[in-house]
Formats: sequence, C-alpha cells, structure tokens
Amino acid sequence: MSDLIRKTAAELAELMTSGQASSVEITQAHLDRIAAVDADVHAFLHIDTEGALAQAAAVDTRRAAGEELAPLAGVPLALKDVLTQEGIPTTAGSKILEGWKPPYDSTMVKRLKAAGIVILGKTNMDEFAMGSSTENSAYGTTHNPWDLGRIPGGSGGGSSAALAAYEAPLAIGTDTGGSIRQPGAFTGTVGVKPTYGGTSRYGLIALASSLDTPGPCARTTLDAALLHEAIAGYDPMDSTSIDQPVPAVVAAARNGDVAGLRVGVVKELGGEGYQPGVEARFHEAVELLTKLGAEVVEVSCPHFQYALPAYYLILPSEASSNLAKFDAMRYGLRVGDDGTNSAEKVMNLTREAGFGAEVKRRIMLGTHALSSGYYDAYYGQAQKVRTLIARDFENAYHQVDVLVSPATPTTAFAIGDRIDDPIAMYKNDLCTIPSNLAGNAAASFPCGLADEDNMPVGFHVMAPVLRDDLCYTVGAALESALAEQWGGVLMTKAPELEVTR
Amino acid sequence: MPSITREEVAHLARLARIELTDDELDHLAPQLDQIITWVGQVSQVAADDIPPTSHALPLTNVMRADENVPCLTPEQALSGAPAAEEQRFRVPRILEED
Amino acid sequence: MTADVLEIDDALAQYDPVMGLEVHVELNTKSKMFCGCPTEFGAPPNTQTCPVCLGLPGALPVVNRRGVESAIKIGLALNCEIAEWCRFARKNYFYPDMPKNFQTSQYDEPIAYNGWTEVVVDGETYRIEIERAHMEEDTGKSTHVGGATGRIHGASHSLVDYNRAGIPLIEIVTKTIEVPGEKAAAVARAYVSMLRDLLLALGVSDVRMDQGSLRCDANVSLKPSGSTVLGTRTETKNVNSFRSVERAVTYEITRQAAVLSAGGKVLQETRHWHEDTGITTSGREKSDAEDYRYFPEPDLVPVAPSREWVEEIRASLPEAPSLRRVRLQEEWGFTDLEMRDVINGNALELIVTTVDLGVSPAAAKKWWLGELARAANESGKDLGELGISPTDVSNVQARVDKGELNDKLARQVFDGLLKGEGTIDEIIAARGLALVSDDSALIEAIDRAIAANPDVVEKVNSGKPAAAGALIGAVMKDMRGQADAAKVRELLNAKLGI
Repeated sequence: MSDLIRKTAAELAELMTSGQASSVEITQAHLDRIAAVDADVHAFLHIDTEGALAQAAAVDTRRAAGEELAPLAGVPLALKDVLTQEGIPTTAGSKILEGWKPPYDSTMVKRLKAAGIVILGKTNMDEFAMGSSTENSAYGTTHNPWDLGRIPGGSGGGSSAALAAYEAPLAIGTDTGGSIRQPGAFTGTVGVKPTYGGTSRYGLIALASSLDTPGPCARTTLDAALLHEAIAGYDPMDSTSIDQPVPAVVAAARNGDVAGLRVGVVKELGGEGYQPGVEARFHEAVELLTKLGAEVVEVSCPHFQYALPAYYLILPSEASSNLAKFDAMRYGLRVGDDGTNSAEKVMNLTREAGFGAEVKRRIMLGTHALSSGYYDAYYGQAQKVRTLIARDFENAYHQVDVLVSPATPTTAFAIGDRIDDPIAMYKNDLCTIPSNLAGNAAASFPCGLADEDNMPVGFHVMAPVLRDDLCYTVGAALESALAEQWGGVLMTKAPELEVTR
Repeated sequence: MPSITREEVAHLARLARIELTDDELDHLAPQLDQIITWVGQVSQVAADDIPPTSHALPLTNVMRADENVPCLTPEQALSGAPAAEEQRFRVPRILEED
Repeated sequence: MTADVLEIDDALAQYDPVMGLEVHVELNTKSKMFCGCPTEFGAPPNTQTCPVCLGLPGALPVVNRRGVESAIKIGLALNCEIAEWCRFARKNYFYPDMPKNFQTSQYDEPIAYNGWTEVVVDGETYRIEIERAHMEEDTGKSTHVGGATGRIHGASHSLVDYNRAGIPLIEIVTKTIEVPGEKAAAVARAYVSMLRDLLLALGVSDVRMDQGSLRCDANVSLKPSGSTVLGTRTETKNVNSFRSVERAVTYEITRQAAVLSAGGKVLQETRHWHEDTGITTSGREKSDAEDYRYFPEPDLVPVAPSREWVEEIRASLPEAPSLRRVRLQEEWGFTDLEMRDVINGNALELIVTTVDLGVSPAAAKKWWLGELARAANESGKDLGELGISPTDVSNVQARVDKGELNDKLARQVFDGLLKGEGTIDEIIAARGLALVSDDSALIEAIDRAIAANPDVVEKVNSGKPAAAGALIGAVMKDMRGQADAAKVRELLNAKLGI
C-alpha cells in the first residue's frame, strides 16, 4: 500500500511540483485503494479508471512541458453523483436515471477539469440528495469507515466516506440542508457549505434550487480551502450566482488566527436531544477557541426552532417541481411502454418504479404544500419563517463575527436505525439547516470523538454571506490546536480498514 | 381527525404522476399525516407582517444578452432518449390534448 | 357528437355574451427566453436545443434581456403599468412536450398590467381593457403518428421536437369584454387583428399566424339578457386566424345558448376549435386535477426594471395608433369614409408598407381594398393571411405605371399569385399577359376593326365621334385585352381623323 493515499492534497501538489511523484502514480495509488476497500465502504457508484488516468497523464505532460499549472493540478478527487460530467454515468443515486450519460459538463466539472484536478469517479448519495445516511440510495448504503456498521451521514455520504477511507484526498459534495457538513462531521472530515451563490449550481441535479450549494470536502482545512478556491466564483450560467470576488479562503486557512474574533454560541442549538459526548467535545472546542484569543458569547436565535419544519415545507415544494422532469419521455428509465399504455400511464408507472420511498414521500409532501388551498398555510408561511431566520442571523452578526454549534445532535448512528422514522431522520439536520435557509456560509470541522461510541464529532461554524473565509479561520485555528493535542489530525485516529484485495 | 386522508394522498399521487400501490398508500398516508402535523407548527409563528423569502439572496435583474450559443447536436440531444424516431423523441400515445 | 346550436340571432335575443381573450405571441428574439438556442422556424427537428431548453437534469435558465424589453414594449403600447418588481413562477403540470413538466411563466406578478386599447368595428370604437401581459416560454411540438391525419385520437405514438421549447412568449390577457352581442365576434376579430398590427409595428414579433406565432384562446360565457350574473365560461383553444376568432366566438355563443335554453348547464372546460368543420369540441374538463401549484421560480431572480429603462423604452415606441391614423389620413388625402374602409378592411399596415415601397396611396388602396379584399373575402381569410405581400403589390403596380400591364391584366397577375402559379414574371409569361406596345400590331388590329365595322365608321364620319368607343372595344377584344386602351384610342383617332 502506497503512502501516497495518506497525504493531504497540498502535500500531493508539492510532491508533483518537486517532481517526487507524478499525477499518474498518485491517481493509480488511489484507484488501487478504491479497489482494495470500496467493496466494504461502497463510497463509489462509478469509477472512471481510464478517464482518471488519462486526465492524470495529461497533467503530467503539461507539467513536463513546463506549463504553469493550477495549485491542485494532478490531485485526484471524488465527485458526488449529483453533478453532471459529460459521457460519465450520472444517477443522483436514483434508479430513474440509471445509465444516463449527460451530454454536458456541469460548471463544477468544467472548473475541476480546468484546474487539472483528476476526477476518479462518482460517489454514492441518498437518492436525489434526500436523506442523511445514504440509506436512500437506490444503489446500496455507504458504510462509515470509522465503523462499517454505521452510516456515513448523507446525503453526501459517499464523498465523505471516500475521504475517510483514503480513497481520495478531495471530494465534492452538495449541501441543501447539511449534506456536506453532516457527513463531514460523521466521518471526521472537513465539509464546507459555501455562501449560496458562491459556487455554481449549473449541472447540479436540483433538489431544492433555493438551498442547494455545492462545496468542498477534504481531510484538512487547507485542502478544503484550496479546493474551494478552485471551484468557486461567478458563473453566468447560474442566475443565482454572485458576481463578486471569491472570499480569501486559502489565506484564512493558512493564517487561522482567531485572536479578537467574536464567536457566538447559539443557545438554541444544544441541550435536550444532543448526545453528551457531542456536547462535551463541542464545549471543549469552544474553550480552546477562547484560549486562542477568541471572544466567546452566547447568542440567541429564537426562530431556529422553526427552521426544520420550514425547511421540510420549502424543500419538498421545490423538489416536487424539480423532479417532475423525470417522466420517461426524454431520458432515463421508461417503464410500461408496451405499445398500448398511454404516455400518461407510462409516466405514472415509471415514476412509481423509479423513485424510492423517501423521494415519493417528499414529492407528495411538496405537492400538498403547494396545492391550492394549502399554499398560504404551508409554503407561504414557511417562507415567512425563512425571513425570520435570516433576521435572527442578521441580529446575531451585529454582535459576533461567527456563530458556532455542534454540527449534528448525535454521532453517526447504526445502519437501519432510523430508516422508517422520517422525523427522527430529519432531526439530524437541526443545526445545519438554518444556514441553508439564510444562504450563509457554514462548515463542519472535526473536534474529537464522542466518549460513548468513539465516533467523530463535528464543530459547526456559521459565517455571514461571502465571509466563507471566517469559517476557515476558525477551522484552521481549531485544527492546529487539536493536532497539537492529538499529535495529528483526527483522521489519524481512524481504525485501519481491512483490505479485501 | 388526520391532517391528510388516504384519499387525499391518492389524489396527490395522481397530481404528482406516481402510480402508488395500495400497500404504499397504506404506509404513506399515516406517515404523511404525521409529517404534515409536524411541519404545520410553522403556522404557530405569528408572521402576518413578515415578507416571505423566496430566494436566499436579494439579487435582481440577472439577464443575458440576446445572443446565440452553440446547441447540442441532435445526436447529443437524443442520446438519452428511451426511444427516438425521425430525429424526434418517440413517446407513447398521448391521451389528452394540451 | 355534434352539439346543437341556436341561430345566432335567437341566441343573442336571449343571452348577452361575455368574452375574454388570451393571446400568446412568440417574440422574434434571436435566442430563446432562457438559453442561447436559435429560434428559427422550420429548422430540422431537435437541432435548436441545449440542456436548458431540453430540461436536462442540472441545467439552469438565464433570462433573455431582449425578451423582457419586448414585454415592456408591448405593455407600454397597451397602456399598461410596468411592474417595478416582478418574478417568474413555475406552472406545474405534466405534458410530454414540456421538457421540465413545468412552464416557466409569471403568476400573480406580471411584468405589465392594467392597460387598455381600442378597436374600431363598423365605424364604432370599442375600448378593451387589458388585464395583464406576462412573459413565459413555449413548449415543444408533438407529431401524432398512426392516427387519422395527425390527430391525437387514435394515434399509436407521438414524436416530439423541442426546437420550439423555450421560445419566448408574451401572453396578453384582456379583462372581460362586454359589447353589444351582435358585435362581440367582430370585436374579438378586430382586437386580434389590431394586436397583430401593433406587434408588427413594435417590431417584437413576426406575427406569422401560419407558423403559429400568434395564437388565441377565447373565453366565452353567456348571461341571460339584462342579467348581471356571469355564466360558466369555456376556453376555446387553437383559434389561430382572425376569421376563426370570429367564427369560434359565434359558434360558442350559439352552442352555449342551445345548451342553456334546453335547460342544460355549460361545463367549465377547455374546448378545441376545428377550422375545417367550424365547430368546437370538448377538451378536458377543468377539475381539481388541474392544480398548477404556482410558486416563485427559485432558479431565476426577480426582474426589477428601472424607471429609466422603462422610460427609454417608452421613448422608442412608435407613435400611438390613433394619432398615427389621423396623420396617415392627412398624408394620403383619404376621406373619412375611405379611411374607415381601410381600417375595417385591416388594410392599414399593408397600405403603409406598400406606400413606403413607392406606390401611390390611391393605387395601394385600390388593390388592397379592391381585388385583394375580394379574394380575402371569398377565401375567408384576412388580407394579411392571403400570401400577397406589399412588395408583390408594389411590383405589379410598377409594371402598370410603366405601361406593361393595365389594371385588368394586373388583376389576372394577382389571381395567378393567389393560386400559387409562381413569380409575377412567370405568371405574365405563362398567362401571356404582356400588353402589346408594338404600334404596328395595334394598327393592324385597328384596320381590321374598321374593315369589320363599316356602319360604326359611317356614324363617326357623320359627326358622332362617341361611336368610336365601339371600335376601341373591338380592338381590345381582338388584342385579348392586352393593349393599353389609351394608346388604342390615340391611334384610332388619328386614323379616323377625329
């Protein structure tokens, strides 16, 4: 086993720049690791061995020719299967898209390719990103590398698990209610939800358009920042993209100075329903920030308690409309086209066969929330709550620079534990959802293991719109202080996976 | 009194074009009832004078110039089609006129 | 099923019609409303599509600025208020030719609202209130295969071309129109025809009705004469020519009257207009299954046209139609009566264009209101739908002015054009319509006429020069009309010494 897979992206980039390793070697090492452990982890839905090696070889050739390359050129990455890549199967974890090969690249993929980042393959996820465990994937559950009997979080469980299993040093996730941050927390990795509009949604198969935000996942804060810089920035193809400079995230991740930074602990995100081990690690991390010179105060965000129900009206409403296009007419699965069934019937049969239980549940919920007679009470009222939550943030940011909370109320739970209790499952995202509703930047950083189960705990940082850099400042400060305590980043404590090949 | 009946769930399934089985309806109706009651707590928030938020950020007037950009080739456009004929998407017979 | 209908007079004796008209017009932008694909009509199937207008997973829309500008133009020309802030909304329903299974449209926040316009019918001016004009996108086009003549019923499957999907549409909706019953259908026709002229003048659409770039839905309901209680309305779709608008409205009045007077109930439903049989048939009933679940389109941000932009657009508008009519009448020297005929005949814009091409106003009016109006009337089409362009008229008139054709031959040229016999030159050649300008041929014909009619010559010689007219007639007949009558008279007079 090559030690190349244990390196950070920044270290790999350095090895390539100094000529100690080629992108092909690095890419091959990761492909080997995938072959060795992914039968157990199941982080990937599609592995593009040929494409990845070809991309890597191209980077090596350009480097040999003396071309100026982007900082992460040649570093491999795992891509969440919700982003289109031309000619590569893209399913969003759903049967209804099985075998579909998009004829176009998402902006995300265009930028990754432009940066010379090597795409290893597509990672597993809850179907259409609806879920917090990857158990809703039509292609099987991903297992948490820290404990294969547990879920890795979701919806982007595949991306985070790939990092924790050392199958890739970098990954892309998408965060609608916590789908980058919650799996990050559950796998002891870093997950950042950039400011809404800071990263392009073009080519991201929409779940809830007003909430979806693609972002970087990595094992270290600096790696996440380097990836953030490569993928962020204005995109004229996305009307909700922000036409302003990308926040200086890499500088923040390198600096990590929290002296004088005003940090607000959100009063409402803790207490009842929170696992003691999660709260313990969170409060220790807050203490640590105080020692590093941060000014910590408690802040109240009274409407956060309504964020979850508001979210479960807004998301299903938008999703019910976004997922209407999967109708068996133009692409994807078609069921029941026997020459006698009508188009209408074929649509009904295909959607019945192609969508899983959670997707149907949310489509039905959204259809209900938007239907005449219910709109004002449900969707309309939820949008007003959204305004109140944004105002809570606004008020808080008058007092502090960033807000913090645990990333999740609990650590990763056992596979199958909450599968048929939707509301219990939804409560995973209690802490992460407010930032999606307000469009703020937010991130989860590893802050230790819970005493009860030895599973990773995530430290959640929320920052104002376009102040993504502040998340990295806090994350970097915490990371280096904790590494000093632990003698390395949290991931070094992860158990060794059995190699099956 | 449930917040949503089995019949209403069946109606939603028709609107959403999903051919739910009876078993699914049996399972889904009480679940949706539970979820709808739970999300219904948003109505407890007094917000009559609060404007609704439809977009995360207050951007306006994002427009592009009226210019052509290259299209997909018909082969690309049809590449995912379950069935195609005469360079068109072949779909089963349509019941209703639009 | 053929619905029973009342005679229109009987229907109007018992009921007053109430109408509402929804007109969809395709804009002539270069690119689609939300993507950069071209909008050309008649391109090979699925050659003008991209991930956005195909509704592929992941694709996102971006608004075409010119689409918004055109919407504002139309709004201003219809005396509407222009929204300071408005949003797009999704109209959710499933249909195979709609790529996303929602139409990106506008709902309770249209870009233009509260306007009015006027139409003239039989010399009377009627004011039509405009409810709104909003932006939306067109759908793809289905071809139904395996059934009778492309009908949806009985088809085995359909083929869909998405070239049209995403082409910008403006939907213009009137408030209820209540005019004297006997004028309703004509007012509806005049309104649509006026809109066509207006849209052409604004330059925002090609308004090719034959290509479906202007489509009308007519809402009709009846209320008992003198009552104020509105009846149940039907929405007749697919009414795509001026004459059809008039016929469909009349048909619905007579059909609904028959239903009501027989004690029945009018169903609230969509009905389809059949051009060939002149009737409407039941489409789908408006039921609870039709719940469009509108909500603000999250993929597009609000449109907030600055007042500066709106005023800039207002300043660029062509002059108001009523003022323009007064100006044109004066320039052309037409009487009030002539001008009214021009307007009632829907010939105003055609004459303007024809005059711009160098034809005298009198000649332009003569052709459009004479020969061509007659042909339009016979075929039940509007003048603009005949397939004769102002350029055709100008080319024919140029030949008359040069003495190559006379009016009678020119009429035959138009007949040939209407029958699709080719270009003007081809028709003249094929039908042998050139005037004989060769004096010797005319003189020979005159000699023959004199020889054949000694009695007429006698009369002329005996001091009755008016009798020469019979000789001119004989010469013209001999020449099969292909002679300039003035020239014949000149030569004959010389011959006879008058």
